[in-house]
Amino acid sequence: MTTPLPKTADLDALIQAHRTLPGATLPILHAIQDAWGYIPDEALPRIATALNLSRAEVQGVVSFYHHFRRTPPGRHVVQVCRAESCLAMGADALEAHVRAALGIDVHQTSADGAVTLEPVYCLGNCACSPSIRVDDDIHGRMSPRRFDALVAELRATSGKGVTA
Amino acid sequence: MSARIYVPIDSGALSLGAEQVARAIRREADARGIAVDIVRNGSRGLFWLEPLVEVVTPQGRVAYGPVQPEDVPGLFDAGFHHGAAHPLCHGLTAQIPFLARQERLTFARVGLTDPLSLDDYLAHGGFEGLKRAIALAPADVVQAVTDSGLRGRGGAAFPTGIKWKTVLDTPAAQKYIACNADEGDSGTFSDRMLMEGDPYCLIEGMTIAGLAVGATQGYIYVRSEYPHAFRTLQAAIGRARAAGWLGASVAGCGRAFELEVRMGAGAYICGEETAMLESLEGKRGVVRAKPPLPAIAGLFGQPTVINNVMSLAAVPLILARGAAFYRDYGLGRSRGTLPFQLAGNLRHTGLVEKAFGVTLRELLEDFGGGSASGRPLRTAQVGGPLGAYVPATQFDVPLDYEQYAAIGAMVGHGGIVAFDDTVDMAKMARHAMAFCVAESCGKCTPCRIGSVRGVEVIDRIIAGEERGRNLALLDSLCDTMLAGSLCAMGGMTPYPVQSALKHFPQDFGIDTAAAA
Repeated sequence: MTTPLPKTADLDALIQAHRTLPGATLPILHAIQDAWGYIPDEALPRIATALNLSRAEVQGVVSFYHHFRRTPPGRHVVQVCRAESCLAMGADALEAHVRAALGIDVHQTSADGAVTLEPVYCLGNCACSPSIRVDDDIHGRMSPRRFDALVAELRATSGKGVTA
Repeated sequence: MSARIYVPIDSGALSLGAEQVARAIRREADARGIAVDIVRNGSRGLFWLEPLVEVVTPQGRVAYGPVQPEDVPGLFDAGFHHGAAHPLCHGLTAQIPFLARQERLTFARVGLTDPLSLDDYLAHGGFEGLKRAIALAPADVVQAVTDSGLRGRGGAAFPTGIKWKTVLDTPAAQKYIACNADEGDSGTFSDRMLMEGDPYCLIEGMTIAGLAVGATQGYIYVRSEYPHAFRTLQAAIGRARAAGWLGASVAGCGRAFELEVRMGAGAYICGEETAMLESLEGKRGVVRAKPPLPAIAGLFGQPTVINNVMSLAAVPLILARGAAFYRDYGLGRSRGTLPFQLAGNLRHTGLVEKAFGVTLRELLEDFGGGSASGRPLRTAQVGGPLGAYVPATQFDVPLDYEQYAAIGAMVGHGGIVAFDDTVDMAKMARHAMAFCVAESCGKCTPCRIGSVRGVEVIDRIIAGEERGRNLALLDSLCDTMLAGSLCAMGGMTPYPVQSALKHFPQDFGIDTAAAA
C-alpha cells in the first residue's frame, strides 16, 4: 500500500477544518475518505466529540451511505453500473467478465491489491451504456476487450487518476 | 486567424475519450504549425456522435464525430480546421435533424458555450432573468413562476410557484433554497449535463428563487457519482461570487444570496426531498413524515424551497421571456418543455428537449433511430427505476403528466430506457424489488421488508412454485407497498413490477391462453 496510515493529528486537522459547517458530518467524512481512501476506526470518536454527537450516531451515518468504506480499498476502485440502461446494453455479461478477469466478486479486492470492485446503480452516463467508473473517471460503451486493456493499465500504475 | 475548435468537457464525452481527442488536436496542430484555439464546451447531447468535435466556419459550427485520437491526423489532412469534408463530418451542427427538431429552452446554451465562461453566459442571454427578478417585487417573481405553469421536474410534478409562495408567506429569520441534484434515476442525465454544461443557469435560477422567497442561503446536493459536476459547480460558484452575482449584495441589489455545493454519498433515497434534508443536516438519509411540509419546516427546521435542477434551471428563461412564453409550450396541465433523456438500447441516445405532448414513438424512432441492436424494441421504462415499463402498444400516448398517469405510468424526470425483444421482464421486475432492498432507507416496513419479500416471491413465480398463489401474494404485497409506504421509494417500486406483469405475463411463465 502506498497510502500512508492516518495520523490522528491529521484527522483532527481535517475535522477542525469542517466542523463549523452546518451539517458537517458528510463534509468531514468525505474529507477523511478523500485523504485516506476509507474511514478509519480512530476517526469515529474524534468526529463524535467535535460535533457533540454520540459515537453511535456517527457510526450510523457512515454505515448508511454506500460511498463510505471502513477498510482500505485497492489502489483503484472499479465500479460497474448495474442499473437499467446498462442492463439493456449487456451489463450482466460485462460484470461477469469483469469478475472473471479480476478473479474476485463485488466488494472484494484483487490479490495484487490493484483493484477493488464495487457495484453501482447508475453513473448518469446512460446514453453511453454500459458504463464503469475507475476512481473518478467514467468510461462509457465498455466492452470486455476495452476493460482488459484498462485493467492492464491499472495493474501497472500506483494510484488515483491514471486515466485522467 | 486561428481555427476555433470545440471539444466537449461533459463527463459523457470524457467517458468516450474527449480528453485524449483534445490533446491529440493540440499536439497535431502544434506539429503542423496550425494555430488553433480549443474551447471546451458542454455536450450537445448527441451521444452516439461523442466525442463530437465542432469547428467554427463562416457558415456556422461544423460537426465531426465520433472522433477518436487516431482520427485526428486524417482530419487535419482533410482540412477539418476549415470545415472541410471528411467521412466523420455531419455538416452544420445546428442542422443535424436530432438537434434541429428539438425545442431547446432550458438547454439553449448547453454545448454552445464554455461552461465556466461568464462572458459566454452573458453573451447568450445569461442573467437577464435575474436582472428582471431584481426589478420585481418578490411576490411578482413568484407569480411569474406560478403563471408559467412550471411543475416540479424531479418527478412529482408539483406546481413550483405554489411551493415558492408557501415559503414566501412563511415568516422566518432564515430560509433556504435546496437544489436536489441527486439524480439517481437510471436513464437520466439531464441534471448532470446542465450542471457540467451550463452551471450558471442553475446558479441564476437558485438566486432568483432566493430573492423571490427571501432565502439568503442555497445548497446544491450533488450525488457522489458526479465528481465532475461537483467540481464544475464549485468553480462556477467561485467565479460568480468574484463577479458579484452571488454574495452580500447580488448584482449590487443590496440583497444577499450565497451558495454551497454539498456532495451526497451514494444513497438513492437522498433524491427524496426530506431524506435529502436529513443528509444535508449531516444525518442518515432517512425519510421524514409529512407534515410539516419542507416549505414550512425544512432544512434545519426553516422554510425551504426544494426543487430539482431542471425546475430551477427553467426559471431564468421564464423571468427573462415572461411566463406566457414558457406556458405556450406543452399541452393540458403540462406546460413548457421537458428535457427527455434517451438511454439504453437505442441507436441515437442523448438529450431531446421537447414540449410536452411528444410521443414515445417519436422519441424512440424519429429521434432514437430504433434499437442499437437492430432488433425490435419491446418496451421502454419511463421515469427511472420506479417508473412503469411501457409496452410498444402504448408508444403513441402523448407524454403528459395526466395522460401518463391514466395508463398507470409516469413521466417522472423524463428518463427513457429502451429495451429490445431479448429483455426478460421477470428479471427486470425482480431487479426493481432488489433495487428497493438495496436502497430503502429502512424507516417504513412496507418498503424495507416488502421489497425483500418481493424478491423472494418473484423468485418463486419464476421457478414455477405454486404460481397462482404466489401471483396473488405479489399482487397483495404490491398493494401494501403502494398504499402503505412513507415515500415514493416503496410506494412506486410496484410500478415497474406490476407493469411488467401486466404487459408481459409470458415472461413470468403465465400461460396467457389458459388465463384468457
